[in-house]
Amino acid sequence: MKKVEAIVRKTKFEEVKEALHENGIEFFSFWEARGVGMARESRVYRGIAYDTSSIERLYLQIVVRDVNLEKTIETLIKSASTGEVGDGKIFVSTLDESIRIRTGEKGDESLYIKD
Amino acid sequence: MEDLTTIVSEFTVSIDTIWILVAAVLVMFMQPGFALVEAGFTRSKNTANILMKNLMDFSIGSLIFWILGYTLMYGEDIGGFVGKISLFFGSDEINGVPDKASLMFQTVFAATAATIVSGAVAERTKFSAYIVFSIAITAVIYPISGHWVWGGGWLSTMATPFHDFAGSTVVHSVGAWVGLAGAIVIGPRIGKYTKEGKARAIPGQNLALGALGVFILWFGWFGFNPGSQLAAAGSENASAISHIFITTNLAAAAGAVTAMIVTWIKYKRPGLSLTLNGALAGLVAITAGCDTVSPGGALIIGILAGVLLVFGVEFIDRKLKVDDPVGAISVHGLNGAMGTIAVGLFSTSNGLFYGGGAAQLVSQLIGVAAVAAWAMGLGFLVFIGLKKTIGVRVSKRIEEEGLDIYEHGESAYN
Repeated sequence: MKKVEAIVRKTKFEEVKEALHENGIEFFSFWEARGVGMARESRVYRGIAYDTSSIERLYLQIVVRDVNLEKTIETLIKSASTGEVGDGKIFVSTLDESIRIRTGEKGDESLYIKD
Repeated sequence: MEDLTTIVSEFTVSIDTIWILVAAVLVMFMQPGFALVEAGFTRSKNTANILMKNLMDFSIGSLIFWILGYTLMYGEDIGGFVGKISLFFGSDEINGVPDKASLMFQTVFAATAATIVSGAVAERTKFSAYIVFSIAITAVIYPISGHWVWGGGWLSTMATPFHDFAGSTVVHSVGAWVGLAGAIVIGPRIGKYTKEGKARAIPGQNLALGALGVFILWFGWFGFNPGSQLAAAGSENASAISHIFITTNLAAAAGAVTAMIVTWIKYKRPGLSLTLNGALAGLVAITAGCDTVSPGGALIIGILAGVLLVFGVEFIDRKLKVDDPVGAISVHGLNGAMGTIAVGLFSTSNGLFYGGGAAQLVSQLIGVAAVAAWAMGLGFLVFIGLKKTIGVRVSKRIEEEGLDIYEHGESAYN
């Protein structure tokens, strides 16, 4: 099991969500995040440029089976990219355990619904 | 036949009075305009405070101007300097229009001068000090310089009288110069300047409120300028009022368009908040000569206002390092002075550019300088006096957390 964390543009969220669904990734969590980085949203108020470093993004957390890892990453890169500075990042880490609360299923079994 | 003459003159009084009172409510409506501009251009933690100041300078101003200010300004001239005071003005006489209509019309003007100051000193001024100041400007500062120009004082009796039709100098500059004195004495908001003295942006909370405020002010100005004709009956007045509507509107429009172009070139993109100020700058600038300049002259004055506004805001903010959150000093002070001086150039009756020689221009310069010296001098006196007694500035903690909660116990947004 892997935990995939992705920071993406707010404007790209719908695209990312649909692309993930099309590729069979049904579950993920997300929240709003603020960060500083290379992207600059240069704003000018009454002739003075101001606080341009705090950027709003969405933080997605997706837990996937190892078999789906590559597909997930590819989908994210493809759907979240604009080519401009500020497209975000993807982090991958190994996860110790996952449990479905309803059934008590553990590991890979808890990450998809058997038909 | 005598009956007919009486009837006509009765009707003239009626028409003139109705126009003055309609114009008075239009000018009164500039108060919410100012309130919205100032609320929108400042931060949400100080909104209740700025609204309270706007409400109180109008209310206190109305009382004080009735008790004292009106006759100090318009009473029988004493030595060219002040009018003879008669407290609690209540004359039932009719001088062209009923005296009470004049009182009403002049009251809303006095309150306009007072309310300009709240924007320049916004977000850090102690409320109690602001109340005392409001009394000072409507009781003394505004009526006395106003008397010099409109009440039969020395500026109106010079060989070539100083011309300020609706108050670029008498109303707007007076407010702005007092505001400048206040902003200097009180000092900039915390965080406005870095340790090295570099100006920082403190974005206003809501430019939608600001924009609505500017449109309302523009609307109200159609009472401010055309109302200052003080009459409407007869073809002469009708055409004068119509002329003033056009010059007023053209200058405002030109001010906005020019400010937009200047910000577009200077800052790469057309900026809303300065463009809004640009419309106001055009309005302030045309106010002195709206009756006597041509529509073309109004256009040029509006263009000058748009340019002066943007450079003025930058100069005051970055060079003088005076913190004026809403741009009141540039809008009302610099452009009030410029518009008043421009009468000496663009007046179609005796302006320099129309072959009238330099006499009017000289009178304009004298008037602008005298009123500026008076308003700024008295402004410093009042604000320094307040600083030494009750204090003019809230504590650091109150300023950082917002004047709303500490000064008034309630916030504007909940």
